[in-house]
Amino acid sequence: MSDTMHQMHGAGETGAVQPAIELRGIDKRFGAVHANKSIDLKVEKGTIHGIVGENGAGKSTLMSILYGFYQADAGTIHVDGRLCDIKGSEDAIAVGIGMVHQHFMLVEPFTVLENVILGVEGGAILREGVDKAREELRRLEREYSLDVNPDAIVGDLSVGLQQRIEILKALYRGAEILILDEPTGVLTPQEADHLFRILETLKQQGKTVVLITHKLREIMAATDNVSVMRQGEMVAHRKTAETSPEELSELMVGRKVLLRLEKGEAAPAATVLEVDNLCVETSQGVRKVKNASFSVRAGEIVGIAGVSGNGQSELLEALGGIRAVTEGQVLLNGLDVTPGRGVDAAELRKRGVAHVPEDRHRMAMVTSFSAKEAAILGYEDDATYQKGIFLNWHAISDATEHMMSEFDVRPNDPDLKAANFSGGNQQKLVLAREIMRDPELLLVGQPTRGVDIGAIEFIHKRIVAMRDAGKAVLLVSVELDEIMSLADRILVMCDGSIIGEVSAAEANERVLGLMMAGVDPHEAKAAEGSA
Amino acid sequence: MSDTVQLPRWIDVGALPLLNLLLALIVSGLVVLAIGESPTQVVEILLYGAFGYEEAWGYTLYYTTNFIFTGLAFAVAFHCGLFNIGAEGQAYVGGLGVVLAALYLDFLPFPIMLIVAILAAAVFGAAWAYIPAYLQARRGSHVVITTIMFNFIASSLMVYLLVNVLRPQGSMTPESEQIAEHLRLPFIHDIAAGLGLEMASSPLNLSFVYALVCSVLVWLFIWHTRWGYAIRTVGANAVAATYAGIEPGRYIIMAMMISGALSAFMALNEVMGVQHRLLIDFTAGYGFVGIAVALMGRNHPFGIFLAALLFGMLYQGGAELSFEIPTISNDMVVVIQGLVILFTGAMEHMFRPRVTRIYTAWHLRRRAQEAA
Repeated sequence: MSDTMHQMHGAGETGAVQPAIELRGIDKRFGAVHANKSIDLKVEKGTIHGIVGENGAGKSTLMSILYGFYQADAGTIHVDGRLCDIKGSEDAIAVGIGMVHQHFMLVEPFTVLENVILGVEGGAILREGVDKAREELRRLEREYSLDVNPDAIVGDLSVGLQQRIEILKALYRGAEILILDEPTGVLTPQEADHLFRILETLKQQGKTVVLITHKLREIMAATDNVSVMRQGEMVAHRKTAETSPEELSELMVGRKVLLRLEKGEAAPAATVLEVDNLCVETSQGVRKVKNASFSVRAGEIVGIAGVSGNGQSELLEALGGIRAVTEGQVLLNGLDVTPGRGVDAAELRKRGVAHVPEDRHRMAMVTSFSAKEAAILGYEDDATYQKGIFLNWHAISDATEHMMSEFDVRPNDPDLKAANFSGGNQQKLVLAREIMRDPELLLVGQPTRGVDIGAIEFIHKRIVAMRDAGKAVLLVSVELDEIMSLADRILVMCDGSIIGEVSAAEANERVLGLMMAGVDPHEAKAAEGSA
Repeated sequence: MSDTVQLPRWIDVGALPLLNLLLALIVSGLVVLAIGESPTQVVEILLYGAFGYEEAWGYTLYYTTNFIFTGLAFAVAFHCGLFNIGAEGQAYVGGLGVVLAALYLDFLPFPIMLIVAILAAAVFGAAWAYIPAYLQARRGSHVVITTIMFNFIASSLMVYLLVNVLRPQGSMTPESEQIAEHLRLPFIHDIAAGLGLEMASSPLNLSFVYALVCSVLVWLFIWHTRWGYAIRTVGANAVAATYAGIEPGRYIIMAMMISGALSAFMALNEVMGVQHRLLIDFTAGYGFVGIAVALMGRNHPFGIFLAALLFGMLYQGGAELSFEIPTISNDMVVVIQGLVILFTGAMEHMFRPRVTRIYTAWHLRRRAQEAA
């Protein structure tokens, strides 16, 4: 394998060079699902190649085949023009393919160095391998300007740094081709920019990068070429310079899509939710939300932005009555409804608080239930669903069908198991369940996570419709685009505290990004002004 | 993106358990061969012993009654995500309730005593299950550990009570006094005789009918009431339950208490129906076998009925077997029963992946043909 690697250096200039990766006719089925339909793909050496597509378009399957997690039913993989039979990740590593997973595969209590050599320690005595690895790691860090302290404990490092370790791991194993699967999901915009600079350096050193993402902005900013997938098919290849986000999104969805949400001015009325000095602790006593105070008025959408894991989840769960509040007060229309003090999720629902939680599978539904069972979760005590002491499945079925047609849930079958609906349809069912009760306040977290573009449009419109109907909406999302297009006011959370507030009009990615990193809002705006 | 198609119901609840059962019988056959007996003869005697003559039916259904109660008990807790292996202890303590009611309220007429005995069994069994349930719900002590410990506690407690409190003066055996004749559950053959039908005498009694009633009630409760819905939600996804405002602890306690009560109903059969007094260790492992019954019956009352019937058959036929073939000792019968439990209970998922794969392939081929 090492001789192939040496051949590759400097190959970028000659015209007749073989592509780094060539996939021919890759086909893969999972039972009834045709995940990849005869996919052809060429990735030129020394380029950054983006692959975009909606969730479920088959991007991850394709990359998993390339990395040896799955075997293709048909088709061939060529690396540097040579036919490769990739049966497992070891084979992929042997031909110089490295992968940075969406969820990091790191041992948190270990040091950076220990993580990097994990699996390639070399020999029974650790010492030798460690010393050699330290040398090599220094070289890699210098060459690609990846600054990390080899002796730092991984668990103490920020997410951005952890991702760098994943990249180092791949490079240490001799990767010439690096696949990154949705790498920016957990990063602030600034961290993402830094990542793209690293990728640029890698490219200049002759490495090939494949970037899988659903964020068009990143494709436009970082890639040389882009391939679009839709429903298991490769629908287009473009040079990034010659395409536009509009064209790409149209290719992804197969029809014209409204990228920018059209909504009118907010008309905020009376305060519905008032949160005063709220603190939330985990059962281990770790303070996740620190003295949060804010309010949400009827007829406005308040967005909470922040890098995932900075307390927004806990805040939302506390307001939904799932987590007890340790300090502070929550008022709903002036009445004390502080969760944990005799008020739980059921009580809040009765008082008109609807909650679409962040994690659909873990919290919003029981996936082994049928759709009609999922459609009454939280409302199973409702009088319209009862017949004496029994549940009135007839009425429940009718109500579910109504929800499904109103929110365009497909297929419209109340008896189908919830797990058998696509992510978007599951989410629409959850939204239907919560919104169609006409609540006073809608708490909604990550409304479009794992949802296809078509459904995103629909879900956003319904949330804005809630606002226009004079309801209060609190939106938590880690997608800045979503926050900026939906919210009327934006609160930014960092490390459990609400750092500041920005109106939708003055919000932009840089200011929000700085605030998400913990920079004081005034300084952030000043930095923006001088930039 | 799932790798497979969903199995149709007849495979899921019919073919798969039968396949497991078949394997258990094949392995049992090998064991029988190893000790030099003929497997076909053994099966013949087993079936004859269970169904071959009129009396045998009664015995088979009498055992079935116990398994229905303990199987239902396990299933209700299981729907709440709890592995209640304390049916032995709960039934044992339930027996105490039944015998106390029958001995100390012996002035009551039978119909009222029937209701009182059911309530007494339920209250005692539920109370015994409440403690592990509380510890699980509020203190996080795992119910598997606590229920098994409560089996031992129940056992010691009952020995103490039988030896020191309930034993009639002058008696040398640790058992309670006999229940008054008019308070005993009528045998089915007596009821039949009253209706002018002739039936061979067997221990089968009215509690079998009650077991069928309980099966229907459990089915209604689990799938057709909001409490059953809440229990299933807690069992399938406790986080989703909390989100919905269903407090898991409350339903853990509810499910365990119902489970304990159902276990205790076994005492109606044994204490009030057959033994007519409280005996040491009258539960005889029925509580544990109930776990296999419930798992094999997919925790559905109808499946539990079928599985209970199978185990009733194994118990009755097994007794016949050790009687007919002396080399097949009682322990050998336990081995065969154990193999059935192993393959249908513990290893019930052994064939599932393969069957699913075969079915998926067949299903896709058929769909392709239809499309063509």
